[in-house]
Amino acid sequence: MTKKPTYADVKTKGGKGWFYTDVVKEHFFKPRNLLRTEEEAKKYKADGVGIVGSPACGDMMKMWIKVDPKTERIKECKWQTFGCASAIASTSMLSMMVTEKGGMKLDKALQIKPQDIVKRLVDLPPRKFHCSVLGDKALREAINDYFKKTRKEHRIVKQGAKVIDKQLNVTDKDIEEAVLDGATTFEDVQKKTKIGVHDKSCIPEAEQLIRFYREKYFGPD
Amino acid sequence: MINVKSKEIYLDHSATTYLDPRVKKQMDKYFCEEFGNPGSFNTIGLRAKKAIAKARNGIANILGAKPNEIVFTGTGTESVNLAIKGVVRANKDKGKHIITTTIEHHAVLDTCEYLEKYEGFKVTYLEVDKYGSVTPEQVEKAIRKDTVLISVMYANNEIGTIEPIKEIGKIAKKHKVLFHTDACQAGCSQDLNVNNLNVDLMTLNGSKIYGPKGTGMLYIRKGVRIQPIIHGGGQERGLRSGTENVPGIVGLAKALELCQKEKEKENQRLIKLRDKLIKEITSKIPKTFLNGHPTKRLPNNANITILDIEGEAIMLYMNKYGICASSGSACTSKTLDPSHVIMAIGLPYEAAHGSIRFSIGSRTTEKDIDKVIKVLPGIVENLREISPVNLELEDVLEKVIK
Ligand SMILES: Cc1ncc(COP(=O)(O)O)c(C=O)c1O
Repeated sequence: MTKKPTYADVKTKGGKGWFYTDVVKEHFFKPRNLLRTEEEAKKYKADGVGIVGSPACGDMMKMWIKVDPKTERIKECKWQTFGCASAIASTSMLSMMVTEKGGMKLDKALQIKPQDIVKRLVDLPPRKFHCSVLGDKALREAINDYFKKTRKEHRIVKQGAKVIDKQLNVTDKDIEEAVLDGATTFEDVQKKTKIGVHDKSCIPEAEQLIRFYREKYFGPD
Repeated sequence: MINVKSKEIYLDHSATTYLDPRVKKQMDKYFCEEFGNPGSFNTIGLRAKKAIAKARNGIANILGAKPNEIVFTGTGTESVNLAIKGVVRANKDKGKHIITTTIEHHAVLDTCEYLEKYEGFKVTYLEVDKYGSVTPEQVEKAIRKDTVLISVMYANNEIGTIEPIKEIGKIAKKHKVLFHTDACQAGCSQDLNVNNLNVDLMTLNGSKIYGPKGTGMLYIRKGVRIQPIIHGGGQERGLRSGTENVPGIVGLAKALELCQKEKEKENQRLIKLRDKLIKEITSKIPKTFLNGHPTKRLPNNANITILDIEGEAIMLYMNKYGICASSGSACTSKTLDPSHVIMAIGLPYEAAHGSIRFSIGSRTTEKDIDKVIKVLPGIVENLREISPVNLELEDVLEKVIK
C-alpha cells in the first residue's frame, strides 16, 4: 500500500494542488549538504563540478562531488541553488540519496531520474516537477567532470540535443522541457514548441518522444 | 535561525481583503430573514428589491452617477468581461479595434485575446515605461478610425502604479471612443467620481475593498451601447440575468461607502507604513529596489525586487514567520514565466524571479511592518548564501532603463 502523502501548511498563491509535503518542507527549511557562501564554495576541493541552468530561467544549480577512486562511490555531494522551494528540496534530497549508505556508485548515480527524487519527497505538485530536474542534471555534469579530470573521457555520458523538427530546429530537449511543463499530448507540445507545423514528417518521432518523456518523468499511464 | 511561531501577519490585501465587520453586520439580515427574491411580487421580495435599490443609490452617489447606470455582477472579472465583450460586440458596426495595456489583469488581457482569436477584433497593447505607466499621448497615438473601446486599469494590482485615467478619459472623449477602467485595486483609496475621471465604464469588486467576495459591479454611462454576456431572467435591466446576490450587493455598497468615507485618513496612515517598509527594506538589504512608480502608487502597495534569489523561496520563508505576502516569480504563476507585469516594466529575466509584493491594509500596524523589517534581511542572507548567483545591481538597473 502506498502511504498517503501528508501536506504541509505552506502554500503559494495560484490555487489548486499547491501544497508541499512535510518531507519537502523539511528539506526546504533545512537543506542538507549545502555549501554556504562563495568563500566556502571556493575553498571546497571537489573531484567534479557541474553547473546547469541560469538565473534567467528561474533556476540555476551548482554541484560539487567527492568520489572514492577505488570504489567509485560518491563520498560527498555539495550544492548551491538559485531556485524555488521545489528546487531546493529536491536537490537536498538528491544529495542525501547519493551519499547515504556509504555513497552511491557513479554508474548508478548516473541513472537517477527526477521521478526517483520525487518519490523520496513523497510527492511534488505536478506543476512543480519542472523545478526538480536541475539537480540530477547538475549531478550528471559533475560526474562527467570527474571522468574528464580522471582521464576517463570514454565514460562521459553526452546529453547533446537531437534536432527533431528540421524546419524549426526543435530538439528532443525542447520536447522534454514541454513535457515537464505539463504537456501531455502532441497538440500541447506543438502549442509550446511549434513542432511539426511545417515539418510534418517529424510527427511520429515526436509522438514517440513525448511518450518516452512522459513515462520517464511521470511513470507509465 | 529564529524560530518563531506567532500570529499571522497578512500583507496580501491586493489579493483579497477580510470583510469589514460593519459590512458583515449590514449583510447579516439578508441571509435568513430578508432572503427574498427581488423579482417576486410579494412583501418579502419587495423588501429585497428595496435593499438593492438602496445599495444602488448609495453607489451611484459615490460615483456621481445615476442609479440606473450601475449593474451588479458576480465578480470583477465578470464586470470586465461584460464591459469589454458587451461594448465591442454591440458596436461592431463602428469598428473592431480595442486599445489596452500590457499590464492589465488577466480578466482584461484574456478577454481581449479571446476576442482577437475568435471574433476578429484587433487589439493594441500599449507598452508601459519602467514605472508601469502609460501616457495619454500613447493612447491618442494608438486611436484609429475603427477604435471602439479603450480599456486601461486605474491602478495595477502587482506593482501599484496608478495610471492617468482622467487624462486618458479626456483623450477618449475628444475622439469619441468609449473608455473603460478596471478600478478593482483603486476602490479603497482613489477618487471614483466617473465625471472627474471621464470614464464611460468602470469595474469595481467587493473582494478588494473589505466587502464580500463574489461581488462586482459595472458602471455604464447612459447612452453606451452594450450587450449582455449572460442571458436569462432579465435582471439588471437585462444586462445580467440571474437572481441577485442580495446580501452581496448590500455588502458591496456598504464596503464602498465606508472605505470611500474613510479614505483620506486611512491613505495617510497607509502611505506612512508603506514608505517605511520600502525605505527600510531597500536601505537595509543590499541589491534590492522598488518596482512601480515611486509616488503615483497605491497607498498600500510595496513591490520589491531582491536580486540573486527566487521569490517563492523568500515567500515561503516569510510565511514560516507568519508573514503572508506574494511573489511574481515563475514558481508562483500558472505559466512558468515570471509575472507579465514585472516583465512589462522591463526587468531582465534574471531579476524578474525575485519580486515580492507586500500589500498592506486596514489591520496592518507599524508592528507588522517592523516584524518584516526584522526578519527579511536574515531570510535574504540565508538564501543568498546558498545561491550561486551574484548579479550586479548596476547591471540589472541599466537593463531596466529603457
Ligand atoms: C485589477 C484587477 N482586476 C480584476 C480583478 C478580478 O476580480 P475578481 O477576482 O473579483 O474577479 C482583480 C482581482 O484579482 C484585480 O486586481
